Amino acid sequence: MREQKNIFSNIDWITVGIYLALVTIGWLNIYASVYSEDHNNIFDFSQIFGKQMIWIACAIVISLIILSIDIKFFPAFANYIYAFVMLLLIAVLLLGNVTAGSKSWFLIGSFKLQPAEFAKLATTLALAKYLSTIDIKIQDIKTKMISFLILGFPAGLILLQNDTGSALVYISFVFLLYREGLSGNVLIIGLVAIVLFLLTLLIDKFIIIGVLAGIALILFFYIRKRRKEIITLIGIFLLTAGSVYMVDYVYNNVLEPHQRNRIAVLIGKETDLKGVAYNVNQSKIAIGSGGFFGKGFLQGTQTKFDFVPARSTDFIYCTVGEEWGFAGSAVVIALYVMLFLRIIKLAERQRSVFSRIYGYGVASILFFHFMINIAMTIGLAPVIGIPLPFISYGGSSLWAFTILLFIFVKQDACRLQLL
Amino acid sequence: MKTLYSERRYVISIIMIAIGVIFVVRLFYLQIIDDSYKASADRNVLRVLPQYPARGLIYDRNGKILVHNEATYDLMVVPKEVKNIDTASLCHIIGINNETYNSRLEKARNYSNYAPSIFEREIPQELYGFLQEKLSNFPGFYILARTLRKYPYNIAAHTLGYIGEVNQDVLDNDSYYKPGDYIGVSGIEKSYEKELRGKKGVKIMMVDVFNREKGSFRNGLYDTVSVVGQDLTTTLDADLQAYGEELMKNKRGSIVAIEPRTGEILALVSSPSYDPNLLAGHDRSKNYFKLLKDIKQKPLFNRALMATYPPGSTFKIMNALIGQQLGVLYPSTRFPCSLGFHMGIVDVKCHSHPSPCNLEESIQNSCNSYYCYAFKAIIEKLGAKNTKTSFNVWRDIVMSFGFGKKFHNDLPNELAGNIPTADYYDKIHGTNVWRALTIISLGIGQGEITVTPLQLANFTAVIANRGYYYIPHIVKGIGTSKFIDKKYTTKQIVKIDSGYFDAVLEGMRLVIDAGTGAGGKIEKIKMGGKTGTAQNPHGEPHSIFILIAPLDNPKIVLSVIVENGGWGADWAVPIASLMVEKYLNGVVKRVDMEKKMTEGSVYYP
Ligand SMILES: [Zn+2]
Repeated sequence: MREQKNIFSNIDWITVGIYLALVTIGWLNIYASVYSEDHNNIFDFSQIFGKQMIWIACAIVISLIILSIDIKFFPAFANYIYAFVMLLLIAVLLLGNVTAGSKSWFLIGSFKLQPAEFAKLATTLALAKYLSTIDIKIQDIKTKMISFLILGFPAGLILLQNDTGSALVYISFVFLLYREGLSGNVLIIGLVAIVLFLLTLLIDKFIIIGVLAGIALILFFYIRKRRKEIITLIGIFLLTAGSVYMVDYVYNNVLEPHQRNRIAVLIGKETDLKGVAYNVNQSKIAIGSGGFFGKGFLQGTQTKFDFVPARSTDFIYCTVGEEWGFAGSAVVIALYVMLFLRIIKLAERQRSVFSRIYGYGVASILFFHFMINIAMTIGLAPVIGIPLPFISYGGSSLWAFTILLFIFVKQDACRLQLL
Repeated sequence: MKTLYSERRYVISIIMIAIGVIFVVRLFYLQIIDDSYKASADRNVLRVLPQYPARGLIYDRNGKILVHNEATYDLMVVPKEVKNIDTASLCHIIGINNETYNSRLEKARNYSNYAPSIFEREIPQELYGFLQEKLSNFPGFYILARTLRKYPYNIAAHTLGYIGEVNQDVLDNDSYYKPGDYIGVSGIEKSYEKELRGKKGVKIMMVDVFNREKGSFRNGLYDTVSVVGQDLTTTLDADLQAYGEELMKNKRGSIVAIEPRTGEILALVSSPSYDPNLLAGHDRSKNYFKLLKDIKQKPLFNRALMATYPPGSTFKIMNALIGQQLGVLYPSTRFPCSLGFHMGIVDVKCHSHPSPCNLEESIQNSCNSYYCYAFKAIIEKLGAKNTKTSFNVWRDIVMSFGFGKKFHNDLPNELAGNIPTADYYDKIHGTNVWRALTIISLGIGQGEITVTPLQLANFTAVIANRGYYYIPHIVKGIGTSKFIDKKYTTKQIVKIDSGYFDAVLEGMRLVIDAGTGAGGKIEKIKMGGKTGTAQNPHGEPHSIFILIAPLDNPKIVLSVIVENGGWGADWAVPIASLMVEKYLNGVVKRVDMEKKMTEGSVYYP
């Protein structure tokens, strides 16, 4: 073991470089998204780009603090951090401020603190801590149960806050669990479930059940000699048919109208472009109007004018698409994918199991945000309000993602100190 | 470092790469392949043009157009697109100076650099064509067509109301309206705003750098169609309304005519009035302030709904009805009059007439003494000291006629008038110390009691109908349907039995045949009326008259008030009578009387 010289020695500059690039892109596009000739001073702190600059400066300070904290701090305090953030989640439910139907904010002065942003971080820490315990095997029922409890508790609380988007993020831990040995069927079952879900909404449920029955009959013909597999087959058939029914029921009776509408828009059922489909279409127009090289910095017309909603937060990618065109949009996607692959590569080189699992958690969470947010803006997913990591406007989310990433950067920088 | 399941990193990495690739392919499709989303090489911009539907027309009861639309053109500006234009030439065309140009552009920029603002309103038709040709020289400017309200008869200005630009308050509370939109500000334009305005649409056009419209964006996929406003059929009779306004020239006051069978308002005259076209054109705001500043005439003030007067002697009919209903008065009841009512310290004067009168004669002669006795009997019915209970019974019946409260009908800004409460008298005289004699002036319609001309006309309708009314209203049909709010077709029954109206109607007939309203007699039309005088501390009393015609089958009832008109007979009686002749006969034969009324003017202190 060697002594660390300063906080920057051994840190992975590729990761940090991509991080800084994304943060800068975010800031420039937030400026562009609200730019007008009246408010053209990029350092105007009354405007959101000015505020974002303060958030960025704070984020950099935070990252420096994290880099100087002792490497053993986070594994050691993971459970306390988790407990503390869960308390915050409960508190916000009871005492928080309501915005746009979600009760998820604490208003501290003019700053809105959203505990849900920090819950992802706390959950990753707690899960990494639990799964890195010696002698734990993910195949054990008990391990699975406890892992799901660690995930399910914050997800449930966030659902109670009526913030479906943030709750969905917890699905991303499937990647982490899969890497640690959970059966590969999780991914397949997930995929089949999504396909069945969409099919059920598009096609009459009786047709799907009929087709399923047909497939089951054909399979039955092939395996009729093997009793055990027949039972499995019947089981699977009943399960899928049942879930088709369930989906239909949930869609029509459980989902709120606005949620139903968002899904309907996505699958093309709802074509009222002025009403429900408005957001997604305006977003597509803005991106589509960018062409190959875009309209140029500050030259966008679609995003600035009222067309695109939430243009500096959830729909910030529209501004990128409009002003920087295909070239710029593709670069942003490439940066993200490079970041994910880099984190995975770093995670695999960790000696400490905690660090590896934590690294996968970071990659999973960032990837899930990236996937849902961009898919939404380009019309491939329903409108789910979650931010684009490092780019979207907002202090809470920027800080939470920064802490999330830099804990891993620190773990990686000191990987040789740990076993 | 190899660990258990380490190869799974590749599965996860491949999924992440795959999603990235799917996104890039999708972006390639949206931004490069699919032309419809793409801005063309010369950088088209989209211009969102609100599509203003034609506002609904307003008709009178016989299908005559009272309000219609005329095309007008606004010059719009999108500040961001204004580049290198010949400012002097544009200023010259629309007739403004350079300073005005700069300040308007600055104002538009403050609203929004990207959204259009109105630069010049209501460009005259002849300028429109010329400007349209030159428009390509002025990038950032374009012309938006809208409509202007026109009033072919120049009548019923107060009732029809006017439209104006929405104010900040409306903008904050109703997202339908955008700055520069018009909204009904008063009258029917206000109360039927939702029906008249229709539904705005939006058209998205592509415009190139030379300010030329390059066609509809994506073939109108994102456009919304505007829906034309609904036409309204009012209850007004345009001829009668115009005639009423003519008669009221150079006088202050009002005429309200109602068809008692339905509650439909046939005419609603408030004088002085103004030409409704003044508040619809280019100089709207200038004219508005001019009208507003005329504090002597107050032409914007709708007297028919908002002026309140003591009802005077017309209210004796009310007490005659209540007295009968409560069993303290019969048609045969006679009360003495020795040039007035003298009791204790109370001394109410009367004029010279045969005495004692019965009920009918008391109305014919408008005897003050009779109604002091009658009112005293009403208030002392439950004992001389039980004033309050009896007073509340009396008040309850009065309120059932629509007095002392608003009708909440389709005419905005009505006032409620005032029927004093027992609490009020408790307050000024002390609890339970006031007696019938304290408030005796209520018996002859004076004192704290005030009514609006509309309430007075409605009161007359109740008498004509012998005990009920329909809430007076101004619109009888919306769009093609004849359906109006159910509340206007629901009978409002007053707290007087129909049998008690016989004697007062007979009394009102005597008023016309041989009483204070004899001057209003019309050949072959049997009528009933009642004069009144509202004492007025500033000069001559107000002249009041209510009239029912024909008495046996009432088709029209009126209340006429001429401020400072002296005795009812001087102005109010002939004006009401001429209105009836006009409405029932179509032509007026009493030209001398007509001439005297239209040319006469009343002196105002
Ligand atoms: Zn008398």
